[in-house]
Amino acid sequence: MFITQVLNGLQLGSIYALVALGYTMVYGIILLLNFAHGDIIMVGAYVSWLVMAQLGLNPVLAVILSVAACTLMGVLIDKVAYAPLRNAPRLSILITAIGVSYFLENGAQLVFGADAKVVPAYTDLQTIQVGDLALSFPSVLTVIVTIVATVALTLVVQKTKLGKAMRAVSEDMGAARLMGINVNSTISFTFAVGSALAGIGAVLYAMAYTQASPTMGMMLGTKAFVAAVLGGIGSIPGAVVGGLLVGFAEVIVTALGLSVWKDAVVFLLLIIVLVVRPTGIFGRTMNEKV
Amino acid sequence: MFENVSRRQFVTGSAAAIMGLGLVGCGGNGGGEGGDGASSIKVGIMGPHTGDNSSYGLACLNGAQLYFKQLNADGGVNGKQIEAVVYDTKGDATEAVNAYNRLVQEDGVTGIVGSVLTGPTIAVAQASVADNMPCVTPSATAADVVTYGSNYFRACVTDPEQGRVMAHFASEQGYKNVATLYLSGSDYSEGVNAAFCDEAESLGITITTQQSYADGDVDFKAQLTNIIATNPDAILVPNYYQDDGMIVNQARTQGYDKVFLGVDGWSGIYGGSENYADAANLHDCYYCCAFSSSNESETATKFVSDYEAEYGEAPTNFCALGYDAAMVLAAGLTAAEEAGLEAGSDEYKQAVIDGVASGTVEGVTGSISYEGTGDPVKSSLIITFAEDGAEETFQVLEA
Amino acid sequence: MEEEVMTEKRPIISTGGPQPAAGKRRSLSMPARYAINAVLVLVILILGELMIDGGAINRYQSTVLEQVGIYIILAVSLNIATGYLGQLPLGHAGFMSMGAYGCSIFIIRMSEVLGIGARDFVTGSPMTFLLVLGGLVVGGLCAAVAGIIIGIPALRLKGDYLAIITLAFAEIIRVVMLNIDSVLGFELTGGAAGLTGIPGYTSFLLVFGCVAVVCFLIHTMMKSRHGRAILAIRDNEIAAEATGVNTTYYKTLAFVASAFFAGVAGGLYAGCVGVLQPAVFGFMKSIEILVMVVLGGMGSMLGSALSATVLTILPEALRAFSEYRMIAYAVVLVLVMIFRPQGLLGSYDFSLSRIIERVMNRDFPWSRKSAAPAGADDGKEASHDA
Repeated sequence: MFITQVLNGLQLGSIYALVALGYTMVYGIILLLNFAHGDIIMVGAYVSWLVMAQLGLNPVLAVILSVAACTLMGVLIDKVAYAPLRNAPRLSILITAIGVSYFLENGAQLVFGADAKVVPAYTDLQTIQVGDLALSFPSVLTVIVTIVATVALTLVVQKTKLGKAMRAVSEDMGAARLMGINVNSTISFTFAVGSALAGIGAVLYAMAYTQASPTMGMMLGTKAFVAAVLGGIGSIPGAVVGGLLVGFAEVIVTALGLSVWKDAVVFLLLIIVLVVRPTGIFGRTMNEKV
Repeated sequence: MFENVSRRQFVTGSAAAIMGLGLVGCGGNGGGEGGDGASSIKVGIMGPHTGDNSSYGLACLNGAQLYFKQLNADGGVNGKQIEAVVYDTKGDATEAVNAYNRLVQEDGVTGIVGSVLTGPTIAVAQASVADNMPCVTPSATAADVVTYGSNYFRACVTDPEQGRVMAHFASEQGYKNVATLYLSGSDYSEGVNAAFCDEAESLGITITTQQSYADGDVDFKAQLTNIIATNPDAILVPNYYQDDGMIVNQARTQGYDKVFLGVDGWSGIYGGSENYADAANLHDCYYCCAFSSSNESETATKFVSDYEAEYGEAPTNFCALGYDAAMVLAAGLTAAEEAGLEAGSDEYKQAVIDGVASGTVEGVTGSISYEGTGDPVKSSLIITFAEDGAEETFQVLEA
Repeated sequence: MEEEVMTEKRPIISTGGPQPAAGKRRSLSMPARYAINAVLVLVILILGELMIDGGAINRYQSTVLEQVGIYIILAVSLNIATGYLGQLPLGHAGFMSMGAYGCSIFIIRMSEVLGIGARDFVTGSPMTFLLVLGGLVVGGLCAAVAGIIIGIPALRLKGDYLAIITLAFAEIIRVVMLNIDSVLGFELTGGAAGLTGIPGYTSFLLVFGCVAVVCFLIHTMMKSRHGRAILAIRDNEIAAEATGVNTTYYKTLAFVASAFFAGVAGGLYAGCVGVLQPAVFGFMKSIEILVMVVLGGMGSMLGSALSATVLTILPEALRAFSEYRMIAYAVVLVLVMIFRPQGLLGSYDFSLSRIIERVMNRDFPWSRKSAAPAGADDGKEASHDA
């Protein structure tokens, strides 16, 4: 039972971590809490459903189209809603993000209805036998993909030229522009990468939980968001640690038989961490300039 | 900045109030009480037709509208056509009270089918007592709903009643240890769970563990691991089909192959608009319900074919309850019309209420009668699933 | 002391510049201003009440009006934290629920003790009136306590983090409301099934009396040095701190005041609807209130009140389009942020006495061009510059 619960926590934490990575990337570069990130995942799950259940096409195509749709969605949202507000007060951008999130949720409800849609299985492989332990395939895959994504993302940010540009823009947007970095395309690239991660998250989510509903992004987004903040928003290892922390906190509270308090505990954890260490576990302290 | 804050801001609220008066004034048509002439009878239908719970509200709406349509085709009530006014409550108590007041004050309805969810329905029930407005809710299952006045009736059975029915079923089937997994924060799920546990324990069943989850959760594996560790003979899952489907699938993946018990929220888990659980996982699942498309009674089969002809999909439990709620109200209206009373008068409303209270209606969810309360005395079904996932009636429990 | 500041439109700038018109400009005395507005409020209340009694406004319309009033209080109270203090709390519904539960539990329990039936609240008596007022204050205090509990740690954090922490706190309040009964071992909030049997004590007169009092209190607070301190924090926290404003104190003050009034609105809501379920006070409710403030104009009480009015009545008037309501909200929110980030009214506010003064001085917008430049001492102009 102990091992099963550890695996449960690991899978839940990995999904949160994957989504939290997207939050962290966008925040790191334009200091925006992208409330719509969870809803991009919802869009990805619906695309999978459309491709497989409605059009009856190949699961591989569904994966590709889901990730592509999410990437496109992320970039589009940035161009339409956030880009005009680059120099606006932070409050305005935050409210815009809430508006976009609202729009996606209610749009999906209008188009697809409030009832959840069932996403067909991507693969027949459901369990993997390791010794006498039956591991669920989506769980194992989720953990592996999260590890790979984190490593790849770290490499992109640290080693590539685009990563360097991202770090420069995040450090000082004005100075980066003066150095000849194309700030707008760098931000677009960040949104693309963050949203592609959301797309991968959508596929893993749909594989594990098989349902797509208009409001599915809300709770997932909020929890992942808590995870990103816990870990220190803007930090890639922070997002992963935060995600796992939230996942394990939920599973531990449930295992203790206190499942009604699960959400309260997660949010309380967030408040405590923020009060004790306002920038999160891995966050950098930034002094406000006068 | 300081200059920008005005001197007399407290006037602003009042200024807004004036505008408010004007706007509301425009909104209404100033209609009074009472029906619109002698040729038609106005009734209201309300429920959550948009928002998260719209699938339940729309199902009830479809059912009720189908009944009124058929009734009108058959000549209506006492030669008068039923004219249904439909308002959305968005699942919100405030909106529901507004919808109710608008139905009564602006549209002058003589009876209401609704609302659908418990919270809004309680709000409406409290507001409707003063008007003595006859109301029939298809699906608000909390015990409170019918306790405020004699004017409120329901077509479904209560949460506690469903819990007790399943507890007796568990006892009859010889399950000794039962665990539960309910939705924390849902009056429906918590209500059934509490009644089931009380009744089951008094019947000698051990409740091994009560686990809960929160709205929006999709991962139930931690709870299920806890539950499976207590080795129960059955798990009660009192919630709606979408969550139930995920829970059944995840439990089967975790190696649980024993019994699931459910209540009427399970209706629609398979074979409706979507298959929320895999057919292979639905073995040994039993739920109690008022209606199933597998029911072979004459009224039920006719309803299923009529519904499919009208809407192009199989009816769920909610559709049937909406249909029956409309039927119950229509029976009351018939009684009042036959007494020759003036529509909208106090005597008329009382006659409708008396008509509902004293009559017996043969609905598609069984025979419905009221014995002095707003709670129906009616039969229920225990439904199970065939190997291909199709619903089968396992037992009929007479009232 | 306050008078001086009130009549001088530009206390700082005016010292240097020539002001030929200032001495001649006729203005109303403070008591006259208060009297004018008090009369206006009374006229509106009496007019409304007469219309309801006379049947010109039916119960449907008066209930909608009560909700309008409740949302006005919610919006103007959130405006303290958002518009004046410049923070973004996302948990206003949490304070509202504290107030709603606090008020209705107080009233239910007290009326049991005092032997007052639910019907007595509808007919009304001095006793029930006092009880309801007491309930509203208790509700406000419950919310204010919640405001302090979350405010002190939260306000150490900046912008986004404050938004998150208030969101988290509102969720915690919701979960506590759901499960507190099992911890206490007796029935307090009724859990998921909801708190029922709340007497219908909310009336048009009570709601708009509260609206007037709340707007008056917020207005006077913002006009006092406390209000200026709050505005200073919004405009530049570091500068405010450097000039000796106790930022923690004033941030907490604004936050708690905002929570208190939200609690009062919650108490009125409970009496209007008659049933409370924790699920109602979720994130969505907080957003709904935020939308009202943002659309109306952050920092404008008139804006908050107007958009609360329109956004409460419009969905009723447009019931046929209810499907598209939420999506329209979202689109409008984004568009307003892009094209008019300060909200529809910016920080403009309505002032009856300013209009009267202008009439007294024959200072009309259309005669502006001929007026001396120094005489262009006009609140409306100034607010558009901001």
